[in-house]
Amino acid sequence: MRSLLGGVTLAGLVAGLVMGFAIAPREATQGNVQRIMYLHVPSVWVAYLAFAVVLVASIVYLVRRAEAADRLAHASAEVGVLFTGLTIATGSIWGKPTWGTWWTWDARLTTVSILFVMYLGYLLLRGMIEDRERGARFAAVLGIVAAFNIPLVHFSVYWWRTLHQPPSLVKPGPGMPGIIVTALLVNFAAFTLLYAYFVTRRARVLRLEAEAEA
Amino acid sequence: MVWKDLLVERRSKETLNALFFFGLLLLFVFQFALGPDRERLAGTLPGLLWLGFILSGLLGLGRTFVVERENDCWEGLLLAPGDKSAIYVGKLAGNLLLMLVIETILLVLFGFFFNLDLTNVLPALAVVIALGTVALAAVGTLFAAMTAQVRARELLFPVLLLPVEAPVLLATVKATEAVLVGEPLGSVAHWLKLLAAADVVYVAVGVLTFDFVMEG
Repeated sequence: MRSLLGGVTLAGLVAGLVMGFAIAPREATQGNVQRIMYLHVPSVWVAYLAFAVVLVASIVYLVRRAEAADRLAHASAEVGVLFTGLTIATGSIWGKPTWGTWWTWDARLTTVSILFVMYLGYLLLRGMIEDRERGARFAAVLGIVAAFNIPLVHFSVYWWRTLHQPPSLVKPGPGMPGIIVTALLVNFAAFTLLYAYFVTRRARVLRLEAEAEA
Repeated sequence: MVWKDLLVERRSKETLNALFFFGLLLLFVFQFALGPDRERLAGTLPGLLWLGFILSGLLGLGRTFVVERENDCWEGLLLAPGDKSAIYVGKLAGNLLLMLVIETILLVLFGFFFNLDLTNVLPALAVVIALGTVALAAVGTLFAAMTAQVRARELLFPVLLLPVEAPVLLATVKATEAVLVGEPLGSVAHWLKLLAAADVVYVAVGVLTFDFVMEG
């Protein structure tokens, strides 16, 4: 089952890369640089998905005290932080040639960076507590606070300043060829599978660690 | 609970004195760092003001539950009859009062050192400060209860609190900026709504999850 998921994920990633970097047409103004969108946008999607899973798993843990839910939250937060980092990295690489700067305090950059430090704090809290049960409880509380904070972060930063281009998939421009949309969707699917693969593997390692300790 | 904490605080004046001194030092440091140029100071004032509030808040809030640990009252708190969320509300109210006192003092000091006339904008400023302080204290109290039970708590508390409070800081600084130049509250209504929403969300989450923090 696990290796099947891994195989499908790998195939999806390869297909997504080929579609995004070879088949999809070159963007007229930005040139090949724009192709990084096929990595950047799915990364941020996975990050938000991961943090949503952290919220749900945290609530389930507090209500049911199922250790599996705690491990899911932990694994998901780690993968979420990873993909938030990837989003920032690919965004910077994209921003340098198009905006002329690696970093700017634009609304969405700021939002993502706040999420990044918020969930880094979450992982830090987990690392600081030896007692497994207490760590799980505290992390669940923090996971809930952090998730409810996301809309607040979003609006505050949005009103603060914005410069980002509007999301291109929700409101496709008139000239956006179907192949670009298809390539992007394939990458979305592949990244989601990758997320599932990472989380299941990580949760398994966490379970084995817990068993080894017990 | 509120009563007990306030009584302890009034008797010892420990936190208050230290925080007052800390606030004074902050003002000196801000002055030294930015130089005497009045215009530059005026531009950065809202940010400095809230930086002062949050830094003293970090020190004050972080101690909320440490006192209970040091004095071996933790078990007493756990054994207290009734809902644990009552402890949260009590601690929150105590922190709120403490922070408001500190903020008033800081505000007076800022007015004195930076030669500001705050009387005209005071009502509007008070609204912004009150809304922001509730948000700071609500999360701060919840996190303080967690970090009091963890090693390296002095380190962990600000590291957890600051990112979560980022939207509150943005909102309060922006609103304070507008209010200080004499704009009416209506012009910053969206920020005030955001702060009110933050207050409601934070207090609700705090009340609901506090039980889980105080279990062991």
